[in-house]
Amino acid sequence: MRRSLALAGLGFDRGAGVLLARELRRAQPGDELEITGSARELGLHLAAWARAGGHALVEGRGGWALRFGPSTQARRRGAQRAGAPEPSSVAEHARPCWGLAARGALVEAGGQALGFRLDRAEEIWFSSAAELYRAAAAAQWDPSADIPWDAPLEHPDEVEDALVCVLTFLIENETAALLVPARFATQVHPHFREVVQLLALQAAEEARHIEVFSRRAALRRGELGLSTVGGQASLRTLVEEPDFARAALLLSVLGEGTFLNLLAFLREHAPDAASAEIMRRVAIDEARHVAFAMAHLGEHARADATLRARLAAAITQRHEALRASAGLNEEVFDALVLLAAGSFDPEAIAQGHARVQELLGQMDAGRRLRLRKLGFDEREAAELSGLHTRNFM
Amino acid sequence: MPHSIRLGAVAYDPKVVTIWDGFQAFFAAHGLAFDYVLYTNYERQVEQHFAGAFDVAWNSPLAWIETERVARARNTRASALAMRDTDCDLRSVIAVREEGPVRSLAHLAGKVVGVGAQDSPQATLIPLEHLAQHGLLAGRDFEVRRFDVLVGKHGDHVGGERLAAQALVRGEIDAACMIDGNHLAFSTDGSLPRASTRVLDRTGLFDHCNFTVLDGADAAPIARLRELLLGMRYDDAAVRPLMDLEGLKAWLPGRTSGYALLEQACDRSRWLAPFLRSMGAA
Ligand SMILES: [Fe+2]
Ligand SMILES: [Fe+2]
Repeated sequence: MRRSLALAGLGFDRGAGVLLARELRRAQPGDELEITGSARELGLHLAAWARAGGHALVEGRGGWALRFGPSTQARRRGAQRAGAPEPSSVAEHARPCWGLAARGALVEAGGQALGFRLDRAEEIWFSSAAELYRAAAAAQWDPSADIPWDAPLEHPDEVEDALVCVLTFLIENETAALLVPARFATQVHPHFREVVQLLALQAAEEARHIEVFSRRAALRRGELGLSTVGGQASLRTLVEEPDFARAALLLSVLGEGTFLNLLAFLREHAPDAASAEIMRRVAIDEARHVAFAMAHLGEHARADATLRARLAAAITQRHEALRASAGLNEEVFDALVLLAAGSFDPEAIAQGHARVQELLGQMDAGRRLRLRKLGFDEREAAELSGLHTRNFM
Repeated sequence: MPHSIRLGAVAYDPKVVTIWDGFQAFFAAHGLAFDYVLYTNYERQVEQHFAGAFDVAWNSPLAWIETERVARARNTRASALAMRDTDCDLRSVIAVREEGPVRSLAHLAGKVVGVGAQDSPQATLIPLEHLAQHGLLAGRDFEVRRFDVLVGKHGDHVGGERLAAQALVRGEIDAACMIDGNHLAFSTDGSLPRASTRVLDRTGLFDHCNFTVLDGADAAPIARLRELLLGMRYDDAAVRPLMDLEGLKAWLPGRTSGYALLEQACDRSRWLAPFLRSMGAA
């Protein structure tokens, strides 16, 4: 093919390279291009440009004749598409040679493969991922602007101490809840971008929870509460869980699901407006984390009859691993009672204690309901819920 | 027995290791056992070539001339096995400030001309030879300002040329010498801001690096090396990253017709005399 390019006064110092690159993109080896132009060093620069690209250049009367060399389009030969862009047509197996390429991009051959541990749709993809991501991205909030930090704190010191004790526990749990999706975000093949995005957003939301809990804890007190061996042992089993489905079940369905009840309780009994608003907003975020795991596991449990048995085993194994640990920090339990009671008046404490017992019942009911939705029968759901860590998360 | 061959090369940049490791894997996959020795400077490499430390040298044009002259003095012969397509028909330029007083070569009298590394063919030796052929002798008719970066590397490193270009733009020197490809790169990336400079003159064409072998080297593995090099295709995704790193689209048979300008520069400047003397080839 023969084309011509009139550069007029345009030189390489003002972007002539862009026009030549455009010609190069549509040329085949052996094609010819007649170039005219009057920029001062055009001939010098064309010669250097052609040499670097392996093209032949001949200067003629009033212009130059360029013949594209054999390397033209070499980068596109043997290149392959990294799947198709629409989420509805994700690949069953995302290939290591696609690496970081955008889904649907044309990937030059010969690059170093970049492997991702989670690269199969059957392990990590689910059909509502894009929709859940969009909803989550639209629901973000700003800790500085959206929490009434200046609201009065009029409750007794001991109630504040109880709140700080619970916040200390929450921060530790949120940290585990941040690490788990953050770690999986680096292991999911970018082809399943909506899943990576959901995980990244979830990690960012947990970061926000750490921020607001920490900020609230510092409003009136200079010190935080106690972090126990048992509490950390329980969370450690989550942080170290290598299986994506098992982690989703343990962290999100059971742990964050249990937290939904806890956060509702804390909102109801918050001693101040800032705490109440924090609990309300965090609970909305957590509900999305639960929904993510439920959508993913629900779809996979329907497709794979063996999944439920593996999930049940995960719960049993974690229970066994934690058998020797102490479970919920006693100070946290007492703090919840005091928050519900509002004072150390014996009658109030009795009511607070009853409210915490009620909370434990609600948590169990919530877990059983979600396990039923994943396809476990009533008896299995009751048994598995009973094995959930006493540490809540 | 499979063929085996050793290469000498100069480590002008850390990427040199990546390049030759890549070639090693490529040659191994084609039944040629290839190893390489790196030197910090070309003079040591040339010396060691004659000492038999390796079979083939990846030589700068100046190292080629050094080798060729030592070979002649020792009644043997050096030849160029292969070179990159990008080693052929290069050109250097002498750039001046657009608004400056230098409008012709004659105006360089009494001025300051910036050059690259002392042993850079493209940024120093060939441009100064070009000026000499037009009656302007460095040190007599104009002052030379050297932008020496990594002497011994024969200007393989772009650093000196960029420093000279920047000094020209800042008005610290009156002219700067550089190869055409760098003039293009500096014009495109803004190191030479638009309309701030212009090309006063261009040198003739010259060639750059080649794979050099000495007579008496084992012919079969060298023939195999040449065959494998010339057979490398930029279309082949397995070797394209290597060719990109080494800056070529194709290997060509070696030619020695493009070194005349540099030969003249060496003769006039007597730049090679101490080295040739040390090799007993003065
Ligand atoms: Fe959270
Ligand atoms: Fe969460």
